[in-house]
Amino acid sequence: MKKEEIPQDPGALNKVTKEVSYAVDENGHYVTGLSTGWEVKIIALDVAWSDIEKKVKEADQKVRSGEASPLLLFMELNIMDIHILSAYTGFWKWQIRRHLKPAVFRKLSDKKLQRYAEAFEVSVKALKTGKPNDRGV
Amino acid sequence: MIEEFKHLQAAHCENGVTTSLLRYYGVEQMTEPLAFGIGSGLFFIYIPLMKVNNGPAISFRTMPGMIFKRTCRSLNIPIIREKFSSREKAMRALNNRLSQGEPAACQVGVYYLPYFPKEYRFHFNAHNIIVVGREDDRYLISDPIMEQIATMTPYELERVRFARGPLAPKGQLYFPREKRKVTHEQMRTAILTGIKRNVRDMLYVPGNIAGVSGIRYTGKKIKKWRDRLGVEKSRSYLAQLVRMQEEIGTGGGGFRFIYAAFLQQAYEYFPDDGFMEISRQFTKAGDLWRNAAVQASGIYKGRLAGQEDYNTMGDYLLEIASLEKEAFTSLAGLLKKLK
Repeated sequence: MKKEEIPQDPGALNKVTKEVSYAVDENGHYVTGLSTGWEVKIIALDVAWSDIEKKVKEADQKVRSGEASPLLLFMELNIMDIHILSAYTGFWKWQIRRHLKPAVFRKLSDKKLQRYAEAFEVSVKALKTGKPNDRGV
Repeated sequence: MIEEFKHLQAAHCENGVTTSLLRYYGVEQMTEPLAFGIGSGLFFIYIPLMKVNNGPAISFRTMPGMIFKRTCRSLNIPIIREKFSSREKAMRALNNRLSQGEPAACQVGVYYLPYFPKEYRFHFNAHNIIVVGREDDRYLISDPIMEQIATMTPYELERVRFARGPLAPKGQLYFPREKRKVTHEQMRTAILTGIKRNVRDMLYVPGNIAGVSGIRYTGKKIKKWRDRLGVEKSRSYLAQLVRMQEEIGTGGGGFRFIYAAFLQQAYEYFPDDGFMEISRQFTKAGDLWRNAAVQASGIYKGRLAGQEDYNTMGDYLLEIASLEKEAFTSLAGLLKKLK
């Protein structure tokens, strides 16, 4: 890559910093330059996020139709699978699988819900109502 | 903030942390490409059956932590690396270091990293930063990705140090044990050791999923993705490949440009034209990785959708594999000549 080819597309990271890139100058020597982002990578990231959004939508539907507890929605919103959620909350995986059932979830104590709420950075109320933006106590 | 500590922005976090820590601890010769090369950072692996974020598990560089470890070991610099069972102990150990006026590197997760844009916050736990001081109840952070010093509250820092899931950092702290000068001769030996190990990793790892055979393996796989996975899933897979290739700041070349820069700097220690020549080969490989990424983006944008487009993509990797095989074989030959 030549120095003048260092990509300068408007990427997400550009909001906070530019990226260092290595490229060759006119004499063939390596130098560093700053990049604002690269379209190829920006779109790759978009693809990843649209996959996540799709899973969030599916989860939302399952929660609404009573197929799954709100836990599923928050898991997808936080890009967590059962393994990661178990690591953050200290619940066993089989416990989380049970908590994904609406009937079991409704009976959970606030103390247990608090562990989930912390991992998701939401209030217990938001967790109960399944509304991520519910900031109430 | 610790005086004399110079924040360094780098293309890759572990290179950056290794370079600034070593410079602070007396190794003034250290640069990002040298750290990457001495640490034998270049790699490729495709782990079948394993999934990362529902996509293929692919890496373009060596395992997290290895660049720092190998670079220090090659230069005979003792290191201290600690993990913690409790958060309190982990924060206390860090505070003790800072009150002695010494910096410490931390492995952290990026998901809760407050100064990263949301788009970059995945559950990736092998990011590296250096804590360089404390002011008004905020920790000062030298993050090699950032142009400026960043800050975090104690709660935020504790949280990223105790990120959970794969590669959980467990509060990990690491740093060189003491200041040491490194001689020109030591640098020369370390450079050769680094190259030798990298030749081994890219050419001689048994099996077909790592090194240049891993690249070839992936190229062949990609040609089958469209039929096996369907159009939508293979688009996500290709996007993942590009994200791993690029991480942050490799200019699209999957770390190959940094390696090419390393070989040019190695030339200053061993004035043999072979280094410059092989450096050009790696630049060419990096350029090909870039072209491959552009081809992949054509597919995941939906502009290209035919089997022939996947074939072209796969062929790029086959071509890269033979190019890199040639480059590493020449490097092995150069090593022999220098001995």
